[in-house]
Amino acid sequence: MTAALSVEGLEVVFDRFRALKGVSLEVREGESYGLVGESGSGKSTLLRAITGLAPASSGTITVNGKVLGKTREKAFYREVQMVFQDPYGSLHPRQTVDRLLQEPLAIHGIADGEKRIERALDEVGLGKGFRFRYAHQLSGGQRQRVAIARALILEPSILLLDEPTSALDASVQAEVLNLLEEVRRRRKLTFLMVSHDLAIITHMCERLMVMQNGEVVETLTASQLIGHRVSEDYTRNLLRASEGFVRV
Amino acid sequence: MNDDKALLEVEDLHVTFATRTGLVQAVRGVSFSLGRERLGIVGESGSGKSQTGRAIMGVTLPQAKVSAKKLAFDGIDLLSVSPSQRRALRGNRIAMILQDPKYSLDPVMTIGRQIVETLRTHEKVSKAEARERALDMLRAVQIRDPARVFDLHPHEVSGGMGQRAMIAMMLIAGPELMIADEPTSALDVTVQLDVLNILDRLVAERGMGLIFISHDLRLVSSFCDRVVVMYAGKVVEQLKASELRDARHPYTRGLLNCMPKIGFERHPLPVLDRKPEWAA
Amino acid sequence: MSVETIQSRREWLLSDRPASRMQARLGRSYVAWRRFTANRLAFVGLLIILALVVVAALAGVLAPYSATVGDLKNARLLAPSAAHWFGTDDLGRDIYSRIVYGSRWTLYVVILVAIIAAPIGLLVGTVAGYAGGWTDAILMRVTDIFLAFPKLVLALAFVAALGPGIENAVLAIAITSWPPYARISRAETLTVRNSDYIKAVQLMGASPFRIVLRHIMPLCISSLIIRVTLDMAGIILTAAGLGFLGLGAQPPLPEWGTMIASGRRFILDQWWVAGAPGFAILIVSLGFNLLGDGLRDALDPRSGDQ
Repeated sequence: MTAALSVEGLEVVFDRFRALKGVSLEVREGESYGLVGESGSGKSTLLRAITGLAPASSGTITVNGKVLGKTREKAFYREVQMVFQDPYGSLHPRQTVDRLLQEPLAIHGIADGEKRIERALDEVGLGKGFRFRYAHQLSGGQRQRVAIARALILEPSILLLDEPTSALDASVQAEVLNLLEEVRRRRKLTFLMVSHDLAIITHMCERLMVMQNGEVVETLTASQLIGHRVSEDYTRNLLRASEGFVRV
Repeated sequence: MNDDKALLEVEDLHVTFATRTGLVQAVRGVSFSLGRERLGIVGESGSGKSQTGRAIMGVTLPQAKVSAKKLAFDGIDLLSVSPSQRRALRGNRIAMILQDPKYSLDPVMTIGRQIVETLRTHEKVSKAEARERALDMLRAVQIRDPARVFDLHPHEVSGGMGQRAMIAMMLIAGPELMIADEPTSALDVTVQLDVLNILDRLVAERGMGLIFISHDLRLVSSFCDRVVVMYAGKVVEQLKASELRDARHPYTRGLLNCMPKIGFERHPLPVLDRKPEWAA
Repeated sequence: MSVETIQSRREWLLSDRPASRMQARLGRSYVAWRRFTANRLAFVGLLIILALVVVAALAGVLAPYSATVGDLKNARLLAPSAAHWFGTDDLGRDIYSRIVYGSRWTLYVVILVAIIAAPIGLLVGTVAGYAGGWTDAILMRVTDIFLAFPKLVLALAFVAALGPGIENAVLAIAITSWPPYARISRAETLTVRNSDYIKAVQLMGASPFRIVLRHIMPLCISSLIIRVTLDMAGIILTAAGLGFLGLGAQPPLPEWGTMIASGRRFILDQWWVAGAPGFAILIVSLGFNLLGDGLRDALDPRSGDQ
């Protein structure tokens, strides 16, 4: 199987602070891969470095066999898209859903806009009634659905998900996770998903990487994690913490 | 736990906001009572759980109207006491911890001074003694180097440390009732457990009543003795945390069910089918 | 129109689920309008400005006499009367007619300054804010240089260089009034530049030019409109000041500032010659200020969306 996305020795430095210290990973085509860690572990920085939002100081990133340069070409964004954590912050406050979805199509000069917008809205379970609403007329879950529709409208093959449900209520989280699984199956997408929640990662991903302080702690398969077959203490701590409070 | 007399009694509590588009009822007739125990209030955003906590604390926004058949703390009717008496109760006998210590600690004052000030507004103690007790309190919330943290400003400490400092500040006056509104949601999971452990020990040692407000049903049920589940401003179910598995209300069950669990493969996850009658 | 149709129209405008682009846009404007009219004084301001526009448009009908040709023989420095509502000036011209025609020049100045200065400020500010680094440093230092001089003194220098006349006065005022707009736009840009919704557009592959033009500028425009409206009074006063100093509109043009300047000589005995245009400036400036305050309530992006 070929690698859809591979990262080799990636370093990111912000004002002398090393946010990523030589991280490598490989995501196979069609796979769902999880990144787990606490704040400051560098998991979100890794996603941002792949998209070009964070500056990589060394290391290589390869997407579908192509090595990325310092700046991203327009074609890159038709391969890789991202869903942000905060649905309240990722939609432009002065634009309707229609306008938000039209923008990527306009940027890439795609002609069959009407059809694509309707299909995208249907696909994320919103339907036509939502097309001309502003972000403030939507609930958190609906906003995140719009963000997913926006990411899908360019028909990328890789979707980067940065804690896509951590700002949502539990019941809405389940709906959004189901939606993500469904679009992945239908569109044969590759996922790279960041979360601090081990349960979500094992639910969504086949393999995962545990990160701490900008470094890789270990790489596991979901079944290894479920069977508690982990080799690092840090991962064990995370596992214990995810089971809720235990009175000592 | 000798709760012959309830520490807090809430009966038919209503919180209503006047907005541009009309009245919004955030809390609609909530009743529960609390002894010296850990009570969890669980609900999703907009369920009115935070507004319930704020109404008990007396820190609702000015445009909110709070009314209740009974809102009594240790026999004192909270709705009829004067504002100054209410202030005296607040901090002295009732304390509140909020989600993000960044917003509730004064950014320009050192952590130590804030704790000392809090203590000195509630008790007449000398500066030296206040400092000693503040350091003790910091030690009690498991801050390893209290003397150093004492002289730091809130922005110089991590989120977990800030939340511990916040707890220290709230506990210094020895309150009998603590309201914790999502006290650990902004923290990393491992730090979260440390903070909960500290809170748990302090509540047990001091015999406080604790109201733990959270969206996380699983966390609350593992931490509290009793759980109140809220939906759309109302209590839909009250039960012992240990009996959560036997919850009857479909909302509680749905909420428990819809979270992914390690080792339980369910694709797709069950989702909550919200019934309009739940909110009725 | 029956009560029901008004009711249903309002519901259509306030709908949470607009069915078309137009309904969404109209609904948004309607909410802003309601917020605006909730402020009575702002509404008064709007009426004053509308009255100014109407007077300027219908000056030919409203003015009973010529604005430039007077009756030197019979009507010099007459006090206000039924024939000459605001009296006449030293050249026997009807002051009321001159003020009515003068409203055209006031509007001319205000509109030209707004359409020259605001876009320059918006462009400089958003580009500086979004690009950052050297671009920002250079653009903002240029802005600082302009801001370092008092507006009127700088305008005087420009008019002195360009030659007196109302067009040059407008140009001078425009050149001196864009820096605050650049500052505001830059500040707004800095607050939104790092937001996720701008990052999301970057991840669509949008060019910096497109991001600034289509995503950042619309967010700066409301605070800019508010500021420009509040500045209008100042612009009118600066134009009047230049006219007063003889560097703006040249006689016999009925510009209000110039009129005050020529009335100055009789201010003690024939107060109406300078008083009437002064009062006109006062009313219009007040109108713009009230309007600006109302717009702040209606358009402020920070006051929540609905």
